[in-house]
Amino acid sequence: MKFADREDLLGAAMLGPALAYVILLVGVPFVLAIMLSFSSATAGSLTLTWVGFHNYSTILADPIFLRALRNTAIVTIGSQVLVIVLATAAAQVFRAAFHGKRAARFVLLLPWAVPVSLAAIAWTWIFDSTFSVINWTLRVTGLLHGWLYWLGEPGLALFAIIIVQAWRIFPFATVIVLAGLSSIPQDVVEASIVDGAGFWRRLFKVELPLLLPVIAVAVLFGVVYTATDLGVVYILTGGGPANTTHVLPTLAFQRGVLGADLGQGAAIAVFLVPFLIVVAVLMLRVARRTEVGAGGIGAR
Amino acid sequence: MKRVPLYAAALGFIVFAGFPFYWMFITAFKQNRDLYVGAFDTRHVPWIFNDPPTLEHVRLLFGQTDFLRWVANTLLVIVAVVIITVALAVPAGYSLARLVGRWGGRLGMGIFFTYLIPPTLLFIPFSRVIALLGLQNSLGALILVYPTITVPFCTWLVMGFVRSVPWDIEEQAMIDGYSRLAVIIRIAPRLILPGILTVVVFTFTLVMQEFVYALTFISSVDRMTVSLGVPIALVRGDVYHWGSLMAAALFTSIPLAILYNLFIDRFIQGFTMGAVKG
Amino acid sequence: MSETSAGVEIRQLHKRFKGGDHDAVDGVDLSIRDGELLVLLGPSGCGKTTLLRMIAGLEHPSAGEIYIAGRRVDQDVPPRARGIAMVFQSYALYPHRTVSGNIAFPLEAAHLPRAVIAEKVRWAAELFGIAGYLDRYPRQLSGGERQRVALCRAVVRDPQVFLLDEPLANLDAKLRNTARDELKRFQRQIKRTTVYVTHDQVEAMGLGDRIAVMDRGKVRQVGTPHEVYEDPVDTFVATFLGQPPMNLVEQPGGGGRTLLGFRPEHLLPSDHFGDREPLHPIPLIVRRVEYLGSDRYVYGTVEFAPDATVIAKLPANIGRAIPEEEGGRLDFAVPERALCHFDAQTGARVRR
Repeated sequence: MKFADREDLLGAAMLGPALAYVILLVGVPFVLAIMLSFSSATAGSLTLTWVGFHNYSTILADPIFLRALRNTAIVTIGSQVLVIVLATAAAQVFRAAFHGKRAARFVLLLPWAVPVSLAAIAWTWIFDSTFSVINWTLRVTGLLHGWLYWLGEPGLALFAIIIVQAWRIFPFATVIVLAGLSSIPQDVVEASIVDGAGFWRRLFKVELPLLLPVIAVAVLFGVVYTATDLGVVYILTGGGPANTTHVLPTLAFQRGVLGADLGQGAAIAVFLVPFLIVVAVLMLRVARRTEVGAGGIGAR
Repeated sequence: MKRVPLYAAALGFIVFAGFPFYWMFITAFKQNRDLYVGAFDTRHVPWIFNDPPTLEHVRLLFGQTDFLRWVANTLLVIVAVVIITVALAVPAGYSLARLVGRWGGRLGMGIFFTYLIPPTLLFIPFSRVIALLGLQNSLGALILVYPTITVPFCTWLVMGFVRSVPWDIEEQAMIDGYSRLAVIIRIAPRLILPGILTVVVFTFTLVMQEFVYALTFISSVDRMTVSLGVPIALVRGDVYHWGSLMAAALFTSIPLAILYNLFIDRFIQGFTMGAVKG
Repeated sequence: MSETSAGVEIRQLHKRFKGGDHDAVDGVDLSIRDGELLVLLGPSGCGKTTLLRMIAGLEHPSAGEIYIAGRRVDQDVPPRARGIAMVFQSYALYPHRTVSGNIAFPLEAAHLPRAVIAEKVRWAAELFGIAGYLDRYPRQLSGGERQRVALCRAVVRDPQVFLLDEPLANLDAKLRNTARDELKRFQRQIKRTTVYVTHDQVEAMGLGDRIAVMDRGKVRQVGTPHEVYEDPVDTFVATFLGQPPMNLVEQPGGGGRTLLGFRPEHLLPSDHFGDREPLHPIPLIVRRVEYLGSDRYVYGTVEFAPDATVIAKLPANIGRAIPEEEGGRLDFAVPERALCHFDAQTGARVRR
């Protein structure tokens, strides 16, 4: 049969370029990142000198790195807990019909649509040490008597980072949960109403269990977006004050790109991989679980 | 839910989500003497215009900064990345859904997972690759690297979309006299047009938003994109011009938000990967 | 259109889908004669659509041969070169093309001159009475109109073989009867070989010159509607055709090795039959009587096989006086000529 009718050849020809691109520009750099972490490469030279675990032993002895690792975990977990609560609640609100819902949805989606860096710069202004509108409001309402240097104190700065991360991810999670809600078979929900379940019982005993895979997907993406995000911390605090609010991406950037120590930067970034593997495995499990129920990934 | 708590809750979420944008808006149009009043002064209410609004910051943004240059750079990168992404991801997604057979789903999943590998892991090896290619500090670096984010996700999106389009029209065309290839070239694009449009919009929004690679590869102010230039380079001396900054953030966010509102459901179908039955 | 047409010859055709553990089509031999309308009838999943799609070239057989008009096509003849036209269940109209654009599509693909295309489109549209809709889009048409457009598009190709995949399934019940009638008249008129897939036995009986009854990838029986209904080769065909299906009970004194089969409409009060008719008495113990207007169904059991439910279908004018209360014993019988015997193990017909 001619080429124009050979599905196998056409399939390979159409898939080939994308596959080659992904392998060449994602797969190879990924491997290169791991290799670099075992080398003493610098941005200026092209040679790769094998130094074994030297980079790892250096950063593991570095309190700034350990702090960044801890901060990454705190920010990721803290913001995602907030996201779950906010998104589940927001989804319950936004599934209902009310006046002005379209406009409300538009506003709700704003944090997710705006570029991270621009959102972060707006928050930097909101948290400004002199002009913070939050401080003004807290003082006027009598909740604050002293002064909060939001981005100037390590604890407060981490808290601010968590707020910004949760703020930017929860709209995305809300929309995913809403999609999940709309796919819950209506007859199951109606059956529970007929069976006498009230709002809360229905929510916790019927809907949330059915929504679990969807919430899991939202959280897993949220984890990836937060743990690997550079923009928010870079712009909000730059890792300061005194390197106390670094997360892995900002520290990797500082050492690897600004400091031109590619090996150490790569080693720091490699600590993101366990986060990603956990996420990937959990996602596969969610997908497989739904595969059983839904007759295949992407099944309709 | 009862009406009053419902509206109260909705209002709460809207205030939380929208407050920074209100703050961008009010900052962008406030006169400086209204803007720079320390928050210690509890008699001056920062939430409202105490003096008449002004277009001064906007004029400054468009007249005396590189903002328009960054917009032009961003649009250039968008056009190039959209072309690359459509050219790579649309055929690949179609192939995975229709031609490759039963391995299509798993292969698609594999490609999708590379979307999870973040820029913050790859920017270090890339900084070396880009230097080797002599692309440092050029938009070419961004055009080369941005498809690493868009191609995996969009291949997956297109695969899901093509699967949801009934097969029979393409088969009918094969019976009516077209070869498989002719069907792919002349019939399929019409049928999957909404999927292609989704790819274009996703790529557009991604390029508008990307920060990490731009920060890593671009150092000259006149080659920056909007998402990099506004927070990094919109500073004169070492003074932040908050009015112009917030105006830039606002003007960039609004078109993106409109696009998002139109296409969010399609994006979400990609993210939920079948955890939601469509 | 030319007056000659051609048959389809299928030999030992197998299809196993990748990753599947059984053959979807499992060794089918079938001769579809020149000019006939052959119905592939069977329950869903029996392989009838797969068989049709292999004739069309949309699926590749795992083994076996297909000949269309004497030419072998299964190896490397793509769908467009097989001399076929197909109508899908969904009609598969091109949504972005008008009715005339849809009908003209195969002609344009064949690079016919524009004048010839216009001529043929008009001819086909008049044949099916849709000449008034030529400028509309598929979404502006009703189900019945769409079906006609699909048929028009099939006809203009002037194919050697028509393949129809449940073309009436998407129509509502009322429309289906008239559409069936039109389809039959049209096929008689053009005398073109047609393979028609359906799971609806009424459609199959009403339309088919012959019916091939399929089950689990195999063709169980091929014959005229009369043959497959009155003379089934096994219990599957016997119970798949007929509403309600043929009664099957153990033959008394047969040691459970033979099943006795008789159609509900043949089980009637003994006194209804003439004196010369040799009868096989089947005394029926009534469980329930269903009144259905033109008929009554009597559900019951027989003494010699108390586990099986037996149904008798009485026309409204017969046996009006039978007692209907539960447990009543009715003196019913089946004419000997209407009895079928089947092997209880294999289900195959036992001829005596």
